[in-house]
Amino acid sequence: MATSFAAAIRDGLATALAADPNVICFGLGTDDPKGVFGTTLDLHKEFGSDRVFDMPTSEAAMTGFAIGAALNGMRPVMTHQRLDFALLSIDQLVNNAAKWRFMFGGKRGVPITIRMIIGRGWGQGPTHSQSLQSWFAHIPGLKVVMPTTAEDAKGLLLGSIFDDDPVIFLEHRWLHNMQGEVPTGDVRTPLGKARVVRQGDAVTIVAMSYMTVEALHAVDHLAAQGIACDLIDLRSIRPLDWPTVIASVQKTGRLLALDSGHLTGGVAGEIVARIATDHFASLKCAPQRLAAPDVPEATSPALTKTYHVRAEHIAEAVGDMLGREVETASLIAQRSFPHDVPGTWFSGPF
Amino acid sequence: MNPETSRRLLFDMLRIRSVEETIAARYGEQKMRCPTHLSVGQEAVAAAAGAVLRPTDLAVSGHRAHAHYLAKGGSLKAMIAEIYGKVTGCARGKGGSMHLIDESVGFMGSTAIVGGTVPVGIGLSYPMKLNATGQIACVFLGDAVPETGVFFESVNFAVVKQLPVLFLCENNGYSVYSPLSVRQPPGRKLSELVAGFGLTTHHGDGNDARAVYAALSEGVAAIRSGEGPRFYEFETYRWREHCGPNYDNEIGYRSVAEFEAWKLRDPVPALQRALITEAIVTDADVADMQAEIDAEIEEAFAFAKSSPFPPPEDAFTDVYASTAG
Ligand SMILES: Cc1ncc(C[n+]2csc(CCOP(=O)(O)OP(=O)(O)O)c2C)c(N)n1
Repeated sequence: MATSFAAAIRDGLATALAADPNVICFGLGTDDPKGVFGTTLDLHKEFGSDRVFDMPTSEAAMTGFAIGAALNGMRPVMTHQRLDFALLSIDQLVNNAAKWRFMFGGKRGVPITIRMIIGRGWGQGPTHSQSLQSWFAHIPGLKVVMPTTAEDAKGLLLGSIFDDDPVIFLEHRWLHNMQGEVPTGDVRTPLGKARVVRQGDAVTIVAMSYMTVEALHAVDHLAAQGIACDLIDLRSIRPLDWPTVIASVQKTGRLLALDSGHLTGGVAGEIVARIATDHFASLKCAPQRLAAPDVPEATSPALTKTYHVRAEHIAEAVGDMLGREVETASLIAQRSFPHDVPGTWFSGPF
Repeated sequence: MNPETSRRLLFDMLRIRSVEETIAARYGEQKMRCPTHLSVGQEAVAAAAGAVLRPTDLAVSGHRAHAHYLAKGGSLKAMIAEIYGKVTGCARGKGGSMHLIDESVGFMGSTAIVGGTVPVGIGLSYPMKLNATGQIACVFLGDAVPETGVFFESVNFAVVKQLPVLFLCENNGYSVYSPLSVRQPPGRKLSELVAGFGLTTHHGDGNDARAVYAALSEGVAAIRSGEGPRFYEFETYRWREHCGPNYDNEIGYRSVAEFEAWKLRDPVPALQRALITEAIVTDADVADMQAEIDAEIEEAFAFAKSSPFPPPEDAFTDVYASTAG
C-alpha cells in the first residue's frame, strides 16, 4: 500500500521508538495536534511524553541537551519545522556534536539525528526556504542525509537514528505528500549509498532530495526523445557515494550535477570539482551544474517564477551538453498548477 | 488620559481589527501567497504602544507584526501590497507579511526567526544613548522569545549599558500550538524572571488598552529620561490560528471555554463601550471612524490588487549594496 513521505517518517520514528527504549523524539510542536506536518502525529500517545515531547523555543540549548543525552546512552531525534530555525544551534552542531569523537580521542560519539525541513515557494521567503546541506556537509564529523522517496524517508531515518554519529536529516517540504511503497518493520538503510534511479549512457545526472523529482520529469521526457540518462539520487550528501558517481561518469562521459542549494560553495560544485580534478580523462565535455542562484528566495510569487531549477532547465542542459535541440514546451505544459506549490494538495499557509 | 488619546486608541484598535479581519476574509482567494500571522484579539497593546511611541522612536518586531507596523504609523497600502507580493509593497515583494518595514515612521523591520530582532533592537538604541537623542527603541516580542538565549543575552547587555530600550512582550499563552505549560515551569511570570537581570519590569492586562497606555507612558518617560531599559509583559489572547485565517479551536490544543472567556474580554468593544459611557465618543463617532477605516481598507486592497508584480529581474537584486558579488 502506498503511503506518503510524511507518513513514512512517522512510521520510521514509531519503529525506532519501539525498537529501542533509548530513542527519544522532541522538537517544537512534536506532540501538538498537527504533529509537524503529520510526521510525529500522536507518537506521544503511543510512547509517552517522557520520550516524545515538545520543547521551548531554545534551539541551541536543546541541541546541546540532545548531545548530552546521547553521550549518556540515548539516541535523540530532534525536529525543526524549518531548517532555518536550526541555524540558532549551529555552534552546538559544529563545535560539539561534530567534533566530540575526534577531540576526545575517540572515547565517545554523539548518535543524534537532527531533522530539518526545507521550505520552498508559496511565500516561504528568505528565512523559511534555505537549503543549506553544503554547510553541514562541509563539517567533518557530521553526516548529511537527504531522502527523496517515501521508502528512503523511512529507511534512511532508521539508518540515521541507529547510526553512531551525528546525522543532519534534511526533509524537503515539497516531498511530504509524495506517495510510495514503504516496507514494514525495522528497515534500516545504511548511510552513504546513492540510488541509481534511471539508467542511460548519454549524461550522468546527479541529484538529491526534491531535485531528483524535477530530474525524473526531465529524464523521462528526454527518454521519449531518444536520450537516455543515468539519474543518481545521492540520498546521502556526506558520506557521498563517489564510486557510484564515478562509475556512471566513466560510462557516460558527461556530468550534470544538480543542487537545491545555492550555486556558490554548493554540493554540485563539489561534485563537479572532484570529477574534474580526479577523472578528467573520463569527460567528453565540460561538467555542468544547476543550482539555486546566489540570492535568497523572495516571498512574492512573481519573484520565484524563474528562481528554481525545474525539469525544463535540466532537459535543456542535457541537450546543450549533447549539442542537440530538445523539446521542452510539452514538459512545461504538463504543469497544471501554480509554479509556487508542489501540487494541488498544497494551498498554504505552511 | 485626554479624550483625544482615548479616541486615537479606539480608532487604531478598530483599524487594526478591521484590517486583520479583511485579510482573513480574503486570504482564501489564494492571492496573498505567504504565511500570515494575524493578531485579532491582541489589538490593545499595539495601539497603546503606537500612541506612546513617537514617530522618531524606532521599533522592531517578529512574525506577528501587522498591528505593530500599523500602530507605529506604517503605510497600510504598502503592507497590503507586500502581502500580495507586489512591487509597491513595503519590501517591494521581497519579504511578505513577516518582513514589514517603514523606516519613515521608525518601523525598522520585523523578521520571522523567533528572537531574531531582539539584539537588533538594543543595537538601534546604542547611538540614541551615545548621542543623547531622546529616542527609545521598542522591541515587540511574544512569550516564546524569553525562551531564546539571544533574548537574555540582549537584556543583559541593555542593562550593562543602560540602553533606552522598551522590551514589550505580548503574552498570548501560546507558541504555535504549544502552551506555556510545556515551555516554562508552572507559576512563573516572565516579568519576574526578567527582573532578575536588574531592570524594572511590569505585568499587566493586555486587553485593557488604557491601562496599557498608562503603564507604557510612565515607562517610556522613564526610559527616555535615561533610566535604562524596561520590560513590559501584557497578557492577551490570539483568537485565530497561529498562521493563517481560520479559527482552530477544534483541533484541541486549547479549550473552547478558554477561548470564549477571552472573547468576552474582547479589547475593542470594551474600550468602545467605556468611551461611550464616559461620553468621550458617541455611537455616531464610532460609525464615522468605522466608515473612514473601511474606506481606507477598501482603497488599500484595491491599490494592492491593481499594483504590478515586481519585474522578474528584481529576484536577483538587493543582495549587496552594489551589483557586484
Ligand atoms: C528560532 C525559531 N524557532 C521556531 C520558529 C517557529 N515559530 C514561528 S512563530 C513561533 C511562535 C512564537 O510564539 P510567540 O513568541 O509567543 O509569538 P506568537 O506567535 O504567540 O505571537 C514559532 C515557534 C521560528 N520562527 N524561529
